[in-house]
Amino acid sequence: MARYILKRFSLMIVTLLVIITATFFLMHSLPGTPLKNEEKLSPELRAQILEQYGLDKPAYVQYFKFVGHLVQGDLGKSLNYDGREVTDMLMQGFGPSLLIGSQALLFGVLIGLILGVLAALKRNTWLDSLATGASIMGVSIPSFVLAALLAYFVGVKLGWLPATGYDTYSATIMPSFALSFAVIAQISRYVRTEMVEVLEQDYMRTAKAKGINRFAILVRHALRNALIPAITVMGPLAVNIITGSLVVEGIFAIPGMGKMFVESILNNDYTVIMGTTIFYSVLIVVTLFIVDLLYGIIDPRIRITGAKE
Amino acid sequence: MSKILDVRDLHVSFHTYSGEVKAVRGVSFDVEKGQTLAIVGESGCGKSVTSQAIMKLILTPPGEYKHGEVLYNGKDLVKMSEKEMEQIRGKEIAMIFQDPMTSLNPTMTVGKQIVEGIIKHQKLSKAEAKEKAIEMLKLVGIPSPESRFTQYPHQFSGGMRQRAMIAIALSCNPNVLIADEPTTALDVTIQAQIMDLMKDLQARLGTSIILITHDLGVVAETADRVVVMYAGKVVESGTINEIFAEPRHPYTWGLMNSMPKLNQDRSEELSPIPGAPPDLLAPPKGCAFAARCKYAMKICQEVDPELTEHSKDHRVACWLEHPMAEAYRKEVVEGRESV
Repeated sequence: MARYILKRFSLMIVTLLVIITATFFLMHSLPGTPLKNEEKLSPELRAQILEQYGLDKPAYVQYFKFVGHLVQGDLGKSLNYDGREVTDMLMQGFGPSLLIGSQALLFGVLIGLILGVLAALKRNTWLDSLATGASIMGVSIPSFVLAALLAYFVGVKLGWLPATGYDTYSATIMPSFALSFAVIAQISRYVRTEMVEVLEQDYMRTAKAKGINRFAILVRHALRNALIPAITVMGPLAVNIITGSLVVEGIFAIPGMGKMFVESILNNDYTVIMGTTIFYSVLIVVTLFIVDLLYGIIDPRIRITGAKE
Repeated sequence: MSKILDVRDLHVSFHTYSGEVKAVRGVSFDVEKGQTLAIVGESGCGKSVTSQAIMKLILTPPGEYKHGEVLYNGKDLVKMSEKEMEQIRGKEIAMIFQDPMTSLNPTMTVGKQIVEGIIKHQKLSKAEAKEKAIEMLKLVGIPSPESRFTQYPHQFSGGMRQRAMIAIALSCNPNVLIADEPTTALDVTIQAQIMDLMKDLQARLGTSIILITHDLGVVAETADRVVVMYAGKVVESGTINEIFAEPRHPYTWGLMNSMPKLNQDRSEELSPIPGAPPDLLAPPKGCAFAARCKYAMKICQEVDPELTEHSKDHRVACWLEHPMAEAYRKEVVEGRESV
């Protein structure tokens, strides 16, 4: 097991390095510089500013300098917001995204799970059709369309919840809900399909023959076996949602990571782009790793295979 | 001897897209305390459905209990609610399934799967239940039961899994044990061990056993009484001696003939019963076996024979039993013996 973890860990580092390198050079090939109102600057002043930030050097020199700082945990300062540390900005932006994202995830997984199980139990009834319909809608309606509709009807027309901002807790409800829709859709589909299969397994009959009641059989024997594929999608889904949806945060004016990322690209804010990219990548890679470990906990057969490697 | 289980005229059907499949069409038999009843017949004759119907493990829908009673100590299980059945399953009647490879939950330790039933039925604490479970593992002959307790099914061999299944089934001292082809998935030496184990436990605990199998060798060794099923019906039933020494139904003859004999030359082919069982979506009007029966008469195609008493215990459903067919029967039997 220790060898397996070590192997996975070194692979993670390699993956991250590839992502960092690719992003760095792609970013530098974007037209424009981080400078604002570039055309108004005199050539001398422009050269002076570029030199001050080390932007006059060739890209590969900048790259090695950046990696050198990164290894020491220094992501540098924002080029756009004067003098602000990228690490601080990330932490600040991650807060709202994490809160809204976790709410969306928690709600989405819970409802998705219940819906999936019910659909499997009441297969080919109106409930099953309803769940199928809901999940097709959830997958095909983009979250920003739902977000806009929610903001307009619930926020503006009915005035039940604040349409924008991040001042009160109630402001987080609508964005969370908008994000959770896709989660409900995906989780319920996976759980239903797998549950239908698990319910027909021989060991379900064995459990019933022991005199265990229906609910306990469902929770103890069926759900755990049905969760394995759902766990696979849950990892990337969680990262996506927790790091904040770019557009949904834009619609509800949430000062989160998503908004920060979009702004930094528009401004060519090199250090912030790199910072956010690294942050996203680390989250994804680590989550996938956790998912792999979770497999082992849920399905003992996978644990053994992992150990043999 | 008293009857612990009495199945009366049981009918079970399955509703499928192509129509109603009448899997069990009027099965009656009884099991006496401490005895072993064997149900034999080829695949698809309704043995497994009958056994699962006794514990009401048939899912409804698509299954349906059309008619009949399953009396356990005089109480009809068919009429019982699910809540009441939970008190019967595992505690009064337990079951061992055919395939030990798929009948255990792969994501739960073997120990937990045994403990589960014990806690449900015996109201023991977790620690006491664990002790009892380890005792059961020891009883069924699993070495180092303490460490086996925390292992998962995939760490067990096929024979060990079937032993674990037996441990689960016997953990609450059931009065009736239904074993649905408990040894088909195992190799011959393990088969013998498992059968010996069941006999041994029966002697010690006084359990009644319903053994479902198509292995007549196993039947001859273990059973007290035999029920022969064909196409969802009982065609012959009797004590072990009656069935083996004096089988009366042509289907039972066919089963006996298709067994390899010790004095048989190895190059000699086995003699199977030609043809296949009828489609139970539309069972034939007359005797279900008529189409495959060498001795079928005109009436066999037209009217289904009733189960008639040959002697006190020996019942046969065949037109050859009819007084009017006595002469023909004699001819048939003489012809069989001369071969």
